[in-house]
Amino acid sequence: MSSSINWFKYSSPPAFYPLAGLMAPWFLALAAVLTAAGFYIGFFVAPTDAQQGEAYRIIYIHVAAAWMSMFLYVMMAFWAGFGLAFNTRLSSMMASAIAPTGALMTFIALWTGSFWGKPTWGTWWVWDARLTSELILLFLYLGFISLQAAIDDPRRADKAGAVLALVGVVNVPIIYFSVQWWNTLHQGASVSLTKSPSMAATMLTGMLIFALALWMYSIAAVLMRVRSIILERERHSEWARKFTEAAP
Amino acid sequence: MFSALRCVVARDLLVVMRNKSDAANTLFFFAVVVSLFPLGIGPETALLRAIAPGVVWVAALLASMLALARMFAADFTDGTLEQMVLAPQPLGVLVAGKVFAHWLVSGFPLVLMAPLLGLQFGLEGDAVLMLVVSLLLGTPVLSLLGAVAAALTLGLRASGVLVPLIVLPLCVPVLIFGAGAVDAVASGLAAGPHLSLLAAYLLPSVVFGPWVASIAIRIALE
Repeated sequence: MSSSINWFKYSSPPAFYPLAGLMAPWFLALAAVLTAAGFYIGFFVAPTDAQQGEAYRIIYIHVAAAWMSMFLYVMMAFWAGFGLAFNTRLSSMMASAIAPTGALMTFIALWTGSFWGKPTWGTWWVWDARLTSELILLFLYLGFISLQAAIDDPRRADKAGAVLALVGVVNVPIIYFSVQWWNTLHQGASVSLTKSPSMAATMLTGMLIFALALWMYSIAAVLMRVRSIILERERHSEWARKFTEAAP
Repeated sequence: MFSALRCVVARDLLVVMRNKSDAANTLFFFAVVVSLFPLGIGPETALLRAIAPGVVWVAALLASMLALARMFAADFTDGTLEQMVLAPQPLGVLVAGKVFAHWLVSGFPLVLMAPLLGLQFGLEGDAVLMLVVSLLLGTPVLSLLGAVAAALTLGLRASGVLVPLIVLPLCVPVLIFGAGAVDAVASGLAAGPHLSLLAAYLLPSVVFGPWVASIAIRIALE
């Protein structure tokens, strides 16, 4: 009865390739709509902050990007570990496809955070616990990407990257807390992110909509990238040749 | 199993004894990097004393990176590593032996050298002692994490740059608690919590490090 459903149908690249192609535009469209809605709420609906003025509006994208950066690292490690454990090619390709988007989100979070910090704190960069751990997260992403890029054999690149991603994901909480304790011990930062005033409901809505928008964008970007990776790796197989030759 | 472990350690130490300059270079690098800081920053004793724990620790981190590329490279090229994988003894144990030998050669000398550098920076007696203790707890972690990275990058062209890129972000907790312990003593606080956390990071590294590195070696040899 239940065996009539093939749960693993889309775990094979030839089956997943068209499905990903079908889904990616929809997620991209959703991302566009949600981004537009987020911008509208962020710029026109949300009130000006009593303490921070207009400059605070950048946090809509900043917070969403920071959330995505951490979530994507866990997803990357999950797919990488899945690929290592069950030897499924597609899982490892997913991990490789997620990494650049995760690094991009981390970079956006740092960049917008810096833009927010200049008018609000009066400085581009503070060695605050969150900023520092986000920076280290960026380094972890870059380490993963450059390790995979340095290995020519894709199978070995998948597995080596998986080991690194798993070691990294175990270390991420340790790094996060150590940086936090380091920060409180040194008491260097004169500003605190944790004592932020409570948010208005519209601000929270805008933030959540932006988080959803970046989520949809990440899915679309990862699907498109995984399609390229599939084609690149399977270019010698019969089914892939059909797609590569159809293109001009 | 333990005889195999002893055998691996003795062999690696013998190899280093036959070619002493490799081990000396790490130590030399450590001393040079630490000595550059006063030249770059200026000779104010108070400032140097304040930055000494961080400087010595960062230099130790960099110096131990330098030696990591050598940990498995020679054994990989001449096929010894392949024989170790095929050996009846568990690969994790043999890797643990190699890591221990590597630490004895490249990590332990740093610990012995550190008091001298600490005195150069004007650290007090108990702070110097704490520097030694924290390095003693911290440098094995660097060797263990480094073993994983060295195994992952076996035989790659860019392994010299890749290893630090991979390991250094993971070493952040070691740096924080290691330098933090010395800082605490220098400013009259208790260093116990730092040392406990450092040891807490060391123990799982000892247990899982050689195992993960042996997985990475198998991947590299496939």
